[in-house]
Amino acid sequence: MLSNLATLVRYRGLIQSLVARELKARYRGSVLGFFWSFINPLLLLAIYSFIFTRIMPNRVEGVQPYALFMLCGILPWTWLSAALTEASGSLIAGGNLIKKVLFPAEVLPIVSVLANMVHFFLALPIVIVFLFLYQRPPDAWDLAWFPVVVLVQLVFTTGLALALAALTVHFRDIRDILANLLMLWFFSTPIIYPWFQKEVLPYKLFFDVNPFTHLAISYQEILFFPGPFDHWRWLAALGVASVGLFLAGYWLFDRLRDSFAEVV
Amino acid sequence: MTPAIDLRDVTKIYRRYGGRQFATLKSALLQRSILRDLSPTETFPALQNVTFSVPPGRTFGVIGRNGSGKSTALKLVAGITKPTSGTVAVRGRISALIELGAGFHPEISGRENVFINAVMLGLSKREITRRFDDIVEFAELQNFIDAPVKTYSSGMYMRLGFAVAIHVDPDVLLVDEVLAVGDEGFTHKCLDKFAELRRLGKTILLVTHSLGLVERFCDEALWLDEGRARASGDPRRVVDAYLTAVEKTEQQQLAATTARAVAATRSVASAVAGGASAREAVPLVVPAAEPPEAKPDGELQDMFRVVEGRWGSREIEITEVTLLDGGQQPAFVFHSGDPMAVRLKVTAHAPATDFVFGVSLFNADGVCCYGTNTFIEQMDPQSLNGDAEVTFAVDSLDLVEGTYKLDVAVHTCDGYPYDYHRLLYTFRVKSRTPDVGIYRPRHSWTFSAGVRFKGGPERK
Repeated sequence: MLSNLATLVRYRGLIQSLVARELKARYRGSVLGFFWSFINPLLLLAIYSFIFTRIMPNRVEGVQPYALFMLCGILPWTWLSAALTEASGSLIAGGNLIKKVLFPAEVLPIVSVLANMVHFFLALPIVIVFLFLYQRPPDAWDLAWFPVVVLVQLVFTTGLALALAALTVHFRDIRDILANLLMLWFFSTPIIYPWFQKEVLPYKLFFDVNPFTHLAISYQEILFFPGPFDHWRWLAALGVASVGLFLAGYWLFDRLRDSFAEVV
Repeated sequence: MTPAIDLRDVTKIYRRYGGRQFATLKSALLQRSILRDLSPTETFPALQNVTFSVPPGRTFGVIGRNGSGKSTALKLVAGITKPTSGTVAVRGRISALIELGAGFHPEISGRENVFINAVMLGLSKREITRRFDDIVEFAELQNFIDAPVKTYSSGMYMRLGFAVAIHVDPDVLLVDEVLAVGDEGFTHKCLDKFAELRRLGKTILLVTHSLGLVERFCDEALWLDEGRARASGDPRRVVDAYLTAVEKTEQQQLAATTARAVAATRSVASAVAGGASAREAVPLVVPAAEPPEAKPDGELQDMFRVVEGRWGSREIEITEVTLLDGGQQPAFVFHSGDPMAVRLKVTAHAPATDFVFGVSLFNADGVCCYGTNTFIEQMDPQSLNGDAEVTFAVDSLDLVEGTYKLDVAVHTCDGYPYDYHRLLYTFRVKSRTPDVGIYRPRHSWTFSAGVRFKGGPERK
């Protein structure tokens, strides 16, 4: 397993080109091309602004403008959910490669994760611009934590993606289950409501065991809320757990590897 | 010298995952059977105890019927699957021409796909840049290289895939039946490229159904049958052994076809014969059971409306029809130019003085290649009593390759059928020359001094 992990480094060139291809192919043929990566979050922001200021105004103190607060959590969430959805089907979609070419299969789910990470990065400038417009500039010291959060999420997502990709080859219905689980997960994470809202507090334990809670809170603290970033202990714990998850996911993937070419 | 490819006692057992392919995760969880479900339910041996090794620089051919394990062997060498037992060792960079253009993304241009495909096959960016023009030129796609691959024709797609794979500069090249891509010109170019790689001392493993290619190109060959190595060594010998075995199975299949056809008519025919024992009872033009082509010369006129069948009054009955080869042995497969004989066993239930024996040959399109009978050839019948044998012998079966059917009949001089067997007997003609047409006239070519051909000794 460790030697396989080492060869993964050798394939970084391949991963790089595949991610680039994925990004190019996604917008190929559309008029606006890469601008969609900016326009999508912009439209999302417009919709949420309208809903949460006009239709169901949310007046929780300290989280205004509410739409911007939500966006800070939704963008990383989109990365996670899109990456997991794509990764779970990646081995089946890339069946031709696995069956016919000597090809390190783990590259496929990893490419799904990385391609969606790039989309996340492309959407970030929109958030930053609006944070300045609304005069909530993020703190420079806080921003130093940003790469750490991204790294933790990357390791966490990759571990899950590997396990899901490997299992989906054998259990095709994971893809359908996953869509529903992700919906449940989204609503049970403080993304569209702040974690300190009083209705949330009684369920604190439930929220604390949800790994994405800590990622969401970290993003929100760094980008949206002023003041020092004080969720780092949880983040560090999650980081350690994510490495464990990654190793477990990779181990599972490695164990099932030989069956892919036959079952896909 | 250490071999470039070395398979030792390799067995590959494919697992058939039974109903588990679409089993649900939920049921697996409920029954706590995830681990059990991930273990195979049924197994299928694709290769059994296969051992072979290819020294560096040699070209090795693998032949065999469909499903004999050829592609599995190739995938094992390529490292795509792992052997269940035994060892596979390959030295040097492998390029597998197994699935051409696997991994092309339809939305992006040929140029970008070439880069990504070559990276997948193990080239670095710099190496690709250096070879890019060669690749495009080889694929003959200079004008289309910047168009998205989804706009390519399947031939263009394959050519590009082939061009990339062949320019990876492999030490070991694995080829799985890919020479069928592209037009004649491209096929020649591919063969030239193979020859060039051979000259450069590359090891080539070739899986193909084209036996001629194996004989021409390979230094050694292996014949796989149902996952086992049946023969290996000199390509000509292996190909011959394979062809002999193929003929044997074909003989059996054709024998079965013929037996079925005869058996199918027997039940119908006996019913007809029962009602038609008296000659007067059967008018010459008979409806229903006797199709209009029952007329003796009909075999030449109704070649487009041929149906299998048997009819006639059975006063004289053909009890057995056997095709014989040159050694007077029953056979169903003949080589073009071989002698062939059709032996009829006939029984006259009453002494007869008016009889004609006829034979005609039809090809798979239902075209009559040849038909004759004793009446046409002006033999005047005198008497036929009890059991007898009639043999129609052909000195040289000058037909092109294909499957043929045979009509045999005995009838009166004016066409009243005693026993007519229409298209009941099937045989196959094999030929090393893929010429076309209905028959092969004896022929030869002569050339004046200005005309010369390459590879003189190869041509017969």
